[in-house]
Amino acid sequence: MTTITENAIPSPRRTVKDEMVAFAIMTALLLVVPLTGVYPFFVMQALCFALLACAFNLLIGYGGLLSFGHAMFLGTAGYCTAHALKVWGLTPELGIIVGVVAAAALSVITGLIAIRRQGIYFAMITLALSQLLYFVYLQTPFTHGEDGIQGIPQGVLFGLFNLSKPITLYYVILAGFTLGFLIIYRAINSPFGEVLKAIRENEPRAVSLGYKTDQYKLLAYILSGTLAGFAGALKVFVAQNASLTDVHWTMSGEIVLITLVGGLGTLFGPVVGAFVIIAMQQYLAGFGQWVTVIQGVIFVVCVLTFRRGVIGEIAHYFKRSL
Amino acid sequence: MSINLQALSAQLLVGLINGSFYALLSLGLAVIFGMLNIINFAHGAVYMMGAFAAYFLLNIAGIGYWPALILAPLAVGLFGMVMERTMLKWIANLDHLYGLLLTFGLALIIQGVFQNYFGSSGLPYAIPDALKGGMNLGFMFLPIYRGWVVIFSLVICIATWFLIERTRLGAYLRAATENPTLVRAFGINVPLMITLTYGLGVGLAALAGVLSAPINQVRPLMGADLIIVVFAVVVIGGMGSIMGSIITGFALGIIEGLTKYFYPEASNTVVFVLMVLVLLVKPSGLTGRAA
Repeated sequence: MTTITENAIPSPRRTVKDEMVAFAIMTALLLVVPLTGVYPFFVMQALCFALLACAFNLLIGYGGLLSFGHAMFLGTAGYCTAHALKVWGLTPELGIIVGVVAAAALSVITGLIAIRRQGIYFAMITLALSQLLYFVYLQTPFTHGEDGIQGIPQGVLFGLFNLSKPITLYYVILAGFTLGFLIIYRAINSPFGEVLKAIRENEPRAVSLGYKTDQYKLLAYILSGTLAGFAGALKVFVAQNASLTDVHWTMSGEIVLITLVGGLGTLFGPVVGAFVIIAMQQYLAGFGQWVTVIQGVIFVVCVLTFRRGVIGEIAHYFKRSL
Repeated sequence: MSINLQALSAQLLVGLINGSFYALLSLGLAVIFGMLNIINFAHGAVYMMGAFAAYFLLNIAGIGYWPALILAPLAVGLFGMVMERTMLKWIANLDHLYGLLLTFGLALIIQGVFQNYFGSSGLPYAIPDALKGGMNLGFMFLPIYRGWVVIFSLVICIATWFLIERTRLGAYLRAATENPTLVRAFGINVPLMITLTYGLGVGLAALAGVLSAPINQVRPLMGADLIIVVFAVVVIGGMGSIMGSIITGFALGIIEGLTKYFYPEASNTVVFVLMVLVLLVKPSGLTGRAA
């Protein structure tokens, strides 16, 4: 049976050199963006979603667990960072820490519950948990319900970088994205990552080798949730608001879509997918609900004919791992 | 605290009605899951289509509630069978998660198209004349239509249970769930049965949609949030047993109704909280096999 993580099985010709070259190209392209005149807000938004999708991909691509509730980490970190900046008046670095810690705590709690089931049950449970949080955030006063938290001050990071200047903000977001990306890269190429892949391929065998597979899956879940929270905290500085949209199930679906388009289980796929989907939303914004329809069509087309995704197809063509 | 019997029984009735929809929807999900091994994310969308089919029948063709009760599920069921034959069939050999992704995409398409043409507001659908009015039961006032929804849903659920557990066709179905290859070797057309099963599950959801049209209004997103609650119901009940889905559906509806009376702030979340508790105590669900 074709597994959903086909891309993640390393090709025999996998070399670190390919990945280094691809990483160098990606970083170089992102570094020169402000010089090209591309709308920086768009790129910053795409970078936040790219990090979010990379975190999601860590779980599905390497752990084989499809989460349909990753919006809860995005939204929780977003709300907490926004609250810390606006109400408590904390500095940006502390605000980010508040958001990331909140997402980490949430991932520990939800992870202990969700990890008890696998496959489609895991997907349904994560979806239900994030819907639970949606209703909580709808009712608690600190999120301001339908209005959300607006007009969040961006502040001065480490007392040095003034984040209200778009160019400074851009490079800070890029640095944050790169940090998250490298953490994920390190995780999947560590002994921990190898055990995770073993569990994905054959859990009973991993158990028989003495690995406590639940602990590995939980750790992967926490890492993924925390990094998704980091993306949510960064997004607050770009969007300057935190709203219910970020916790809604449509957002969780979007994260899945981004990763599916780019290539489930590929290293660079989620980044490409984020740029494709965010660009699509940007250009089709005037078409109202047709955006939802088009997203649905992309889902259907990808599942039926394009399961490897953009990067997965490229890697398959060149018989390499990307 | 003193209990207001009138208000309590009113909330219980609302709970029972929601429970009927949970039961019909989770039953359909369980039937589809048994045969196709996929979770039908488009279940909320086809529930909505059932309500819209009844609305169209009334406002375009002038066909009333009673024929719509049969025609709408048939039409939507046929639509489902076309989806199964043209799309779901092609991913039958793949990881089951692809089925979830595909049906999620279908749900987005269906809901998006309806939202485009009908916005987000509700369209009215009148209660049929024969079921208008109410009965005074002494301790509460029972609107006849609501009582009808609960009883009719229960009848349909039991009939579905009977079809699957007690008839020859149901025996084929259960056998094909266990071992499709072997059942095919006996000369039974398993692909056709899969298509019909999907049609049946989708038709049940559409029927729930028709029943809910006079109560909840006809809205493009009426199924979108409902389906997530139904997923939680399915996780609680497990999908191994038909009767389990029915009982869990009704029971959770009642619990939700009670919560609306005793602690209304938690009425949206109580099903999810129960799901968490069940997962902590009995991860495989109350009646289900582990997966």
